[in-house]
Amino acid sequence: MSTPRKAVALISGGLDSLLAARLMLEQGIHVEGINFYTGFCVEGHTHAIRKKDKKKPKRNNALWSAEQLGIKLHILDIIDEYKDVVINPKHGYGANMNPCLDCKIFMVGKAKQWMEENGFDFIITGEVVGQRPMSQRKDLLPVVVRESGVDDLLLRPLCAQNLEPTLPEREGWVDRDKLLDFHGRNRKPQMALAKEFGFEDYASPAGGCCFLTDKSYSSKLVDLWQARDKKEYELDDIMLLKVGRHIRPAPHYKLIVSREDGENKFLNGYRKQFSTIEIKSHNGPLTLVDGVLSDEDAIQAARIAARFSQGREEESVTVKVTRLNGNESMLDVLPMPPSEIKKEWYV
Amino acid sequence: MSNYQLDARNSLCPMPVIKTQNKVNELEIGDTLEVTCTDPGALSDIPAWCRINGHQIIDSSENNGIVVIKIRVGE
Repeated sequence: MSTPRKAVALISGGLDSLLAARLMLEQGIHVEGINFYTGFCVEGHTHAIRKKDKKKPKRNNALWSAEQLGIKLHILDIIDEYKDVVINPKHGYGANMNPCLDCKIFMVGKAKQWMEENGFDFIITGEVVGQRPMSQRKDLLPVVVRESGVDDLLLRPLCAQNLEPTLPEREGWVDRDKLLDFHGRNRKPQMALAKEFGFEDYASPAGGCCFLTDKSYSSKLVDLWQARDKKEYELDDIMLLKVGRHIRPAPHYKLIVSREDGENKFLNGYRKQFSTIEIKSHNGPLTLVDGVLSDEDAIQAARIAARFSQGREEESVTVKVTRLNGNESMLDVLPMPPSEIKKEWYV
Repeated sequence: MSNYQLDARNSLCPMPVIKTQNKVNELEIGDTLEVTCTDPGALSDIPAWCRINGHQIIDSSENNGIVVIKIRVGE
């Protein structure tokens, strides 16, 4: 009996990659998954920081997919390498700061590298022709193949019959007749196939898996770059963009105001890296200060933070400002009324 | 067989899983690894990663926001 051919599947945690991998398993291919962590991934746990989301089950969808499939999953940290994709996308951004085409090229290229290093034969993805406006347009699929260097070792089982045969099909490693011809944005065929395979409770078919497709998140990233006058970031920067209210009363400083207890705890982990504002006389949020505060700024920032405390209607709220150098000062301030917090301050 | 420890505190999932995976890849079959985390998601994700990759969870607990998971490395 011959050794089965080995395919590495890009597993996002969504339905399409789950189905694509399952189709390969049906054909007797040995499949292992890889999942890339860019730092921008929308994970249940990031949402779970907030108390209101805690009823949602905590699970990593890529791990869940692998477990449903009964395959190994390798999660690769590509945070540093991915920066160039976000900062300098050759093919530009989508509707927000999402560099989807460059991202796909990069990930397929990384998968090819992994495939070669680990003795696998080809790569599969859950792409469907015409499903996404940027990375899955029919005229752009060859761009992914060409620029990633994957050549004809990239098989897209869900839509392969709409594309030229790849090496695994030509060589008979997989039966092309058993591959599918999905196309377009209609999700019903995928949902029917999921039902046929007995997959339930899979991640929302329409759900994005990247914060860069989110308008609000993208605005915060652009603001970060503008304030620093540089397109650069560290992991902590992009994690903090997911949490709290972001308010920039002046170009040289921004406040990150927690919205509830879960965020308070999360922001508390950053005390050593930021100046902080705490409400002492009432229950209220922890606020991180990204930037350097003058004494005048400190009063303004304290008044804004007090606005989000339970003392918001009081004449005076006591606030502790702790500078990055450890200096502490206690201020009694009048909470800023909503009418004074300018709309454009909200990032 | 040796026992190892991994500090994955103050990182959000999937980083504790990635750190665990990278450490386990350096170990021998039968070694044990005790991972300490602060993301409660690790309580579901690290066992899931172990199940699909053939490693055994010996013990797991959560106390005052600290999650401790003990793993025996499989094949």
